[in-house]
Amino acid sequence: MEYILEMKNISKQFPGVKALNNVNLNIKKGEVHVLVGENGAGKSTLMKILNGVYSKDSGEIVFKGKQIQIRNPREAQEAGISIIYQELNLIPKLSVAENIFLGREPLKKNGLIDWKMVYKETEVLLKKLEIDLDPRTKINKLGIAQQQMIEIAKALSFKSDIIVMDEPTSALTDKEINKLFAVIRQLKESGVAIIYISHRLEEIKQIGDRLTVLRDGNYIGTYEVKDIDIDTIIQLMVGRKVDEKYPKETAEISDIVLEVRNLNNAKLKNISFRLKKGEILGLAGLMGAGRTELARAIFGVDPINSGDIYINGIKKNISSPLDAIKNGIGLLPEDRRTQGLIQKMNVLENITLPNLNSFVDRIFINKKREINKSIEFIEQVNIRTPSPLAKVRFLSGGNQQKVVLAKWLCANVEIIIFDEPTRGIDVGAKVEIYKLICNMAKRGKAILLISSELPEVLGMCDRILVMHEGEITGELSRQEATQEKILSYATGRNKNVG
Amino acid sequence: MLDNNEPKLILNDRRSRLDIKGNLGEYLQRFGIIIALFLMCAFLSITSPHFLTVSNLANVLLQSSINAILALGVTFVIITGGIDLSLGSVLALAGVVMGVILQNYGSIIIAIVAALIVGALCGYINGLFITRLNLPPFIATLGMMSIARGLALVITKGYPISGLPEPIRFIGAGKILGISTPIVIVALLFIICHIILTQTKLGRYNYAIGGNEEAAKLSGVNVNKCKVILYTITGLFSGIAGIVLAARVNSALAIAGMGYELDAIAAAVIGGVSQAGGEGSVAGTILGAIVMGVLRNGLNLLDVSTYWQQVVIGLVLVCAVSLDQLKRR
Repeated sequence: MEYILEMKNISKQFPGVKALNNVNLNIKKGEVHVLVGENGAGKSTLMKILNGVYSKDSGEIVFKGKQIQIRNPREAQEAGISIIYQELNLIPKLSVAENIFLGREPLKKNGLIDWKMVYKETEVLLKKLEIDLDPRTKINKLGIAQQQMIEIAKALSFKSDIIVMDEPTSALTDKEINKLFAVIRQLKESGVAIIYISHRLEEIKQIGDRLTVLRDGNYIGTYEVKDIDIDTIIQLMVGRKVDEKYPKETAEISDIVLEVRNLNNAKLKNISFRLKKGEILGLAGLMGAGRTELARAIFGVDPINSGDIYINGIKKNISSPLDAIKNGIGLLPEDRRTQGLIQKMNVLENITLPNLNSFVDRIFINKKREINKSIEFIEQVNIRTPSPLAKVRFLSGGNQQKVVLAKWLCANVEIIIFDEPTRGIDVGAKVEIYKLICNMAKRGKAILLISSELPEVLGMCDRILVMHEGEITGELSRQEATQEKILSYATGRNKNVG
Repeated sequence: MLDNNEPKLILNDRRSRLDIKGNLGEYLQRFGIIIALFLMCAFLSITSPHFLTVSNLANVLLQSSINAILALGVTFVIITGGIDLSLGSVLALAGVVMGVILQNYGSIIIAIVAALIVGALCGYINGLFITRLNLPPFIATLGMMSIARGLALVITKGYPISGLPEPIRFIGAGKILGISTPIVIVALLFIICHIILTQTKLGRYNYAIGGNEEAAKLSGVNVNKCKVILYTITGLFSGIAGIVLAARVNSALAIAGMGYELDAIAAAVIGGVSQAGGEGSVAGTILGAIVMGVLRNGLNLLDVSTYWQQVVIGLVLVCAVSLDQLKRR
């Protein structure tokens, strides 16, 4: 028996969409098997079938030599298949141990929960993963990386033979990623197979043994990681050649549009910087360095304790997003699903929301003008939607992000803050977003680009600010910036701003 | 109106079909209630000879009018993702204020305006409770439910104020071009609500707040201001309902409208206004109110006791919402 899991000729039809078409996936014991494909390629659908969330239309699943039917996630877990989703599934107000044994608490003879046993077992699990934590700690006290480890501990407690990890590194710092990879290697050695889904292709080389590529619901092939290079993987994923990863074009950089002087609040210490017209200013740093907090402070979401913001040389008092928009600032928030868009509304309504005033005649919204204007922006940023009246929830991640972008173009702001604009977006759409950002700079917008992906910051920005614990610790020009320099400022080892 | 301008863009994405499915679901939801209403009417016309008569149908609408006014008002706050439990109490307070002014000063205009202001003020205070004190809408309006009812009892000392002047009675019992005044009022309010929700900034913001409050805020919507306005509108509608009810029964009672809030919320929810917020229409709400009216009327005609009527209406509410949930899957 070579494979521990074989998924053969799996097909799944959703109304109007063939999500999977005769897809195969074979997993060996103790390997890290990377599953790649653009958004909508069918990775999640395939994993949800493996986990019993969806039922397959045809095909078979052979697990440990036996054909099995998985009807729900519980059955999958009990059979030895665990999934760790990108959005972690822990209950914040319960403790580590309570979460791990949720729904299957060991009972004493009298029918009450054997808490002693729960905590003891949890301790053993945590020790095994070398996690230094009290099993009684509440989940909401833990960072994302630690929560992820708890999910892994939970998977182990089911004696899983296969653990699926969906984008496990998307919210982790480099240090945390190394820790995760160490744990993955340890799991491998003990014979657990990992199905690893990630948009970060550079990780494949670091951690993967074999990989399977899906495209538009079709099985493209399975390859040994050591025999394939990243460019080839990208080509297989998108079915064409992606010419340039960072299509940087330098725009004419002129007057200062935004100046922040000695900004302080609960999360920020003495932040000062200037942003010019046509400039793409990068904001790098580790998770929790205060980059998002800085964006929120400038945009008027979080209060400022002291310090001033100047727009075009004039001091402004910005105490709400509404003030910020009136002063020509727009923000693409970190999480487009929960902060950037209103999923229940359509593309048009989302695009015109910040600037609805300009579509109002007397008291009524002029819908004709709204439609014409939104079509103009849909074409300008190339949103693939059947109509301006389609609900945004039916668009792919990349297209949703373009709707957020169109929103700020429609609002005609001068300064745009991008907070992780390409998180969770597939390769092809990423390049499109980069092109749009460059285009906007060329048209004289000033851009602040927050990103955790260093290659993105290096590839896109004219100048880079690095933050560490709420402070700006370094400033680098495009020419002098390297990953190493950014990291040394980001970890606080070095400082060059006085 | 919008559809004519729609298909300019190319269908180049396979998700487009999903979108059409999404719309289908919405149409189903809208027509689902119409089909249910039609089936109910068909059944009742067969089983009772009295159902399908002009006078009975007019009666159904008249009986539904108070519930319809409250339901129209509460639709706004349910779309924000909130709730208003104070509708019935505010209705009583507004009616009683009108009654007291009529009794002591006799000025009809002042009495009506005062009732409207009291209703709007209660809603405004609900809005302040929710936005300034950060109370959950359930708690804030539960408080108002008790406050308004208590004030109504304090003002009247529990005695009814009866014998209202003729012009007021016209509001409840009169006819305009052969149609009962309350029905005309409901029709006017419906049109106004529909226009607010579909054609104005406030309406758009209402859906945006209910759809995703955080995203609405980050798009520059003044969420708190909008919420206060929307709760004020709901209160105003309770005030209108208070005037119409007092006029109809020719007396202002401090105990009027007990439990009406639940009927109004039920009507909106049966009409497809999502309690999660961000979805729904006043057309749905009106249909929901009519469904409840027809149901009550039909059960009366079929000689079902009022006790059992409660049971049936509860079941219908649960069924309507669970069907809605099923469709979403």
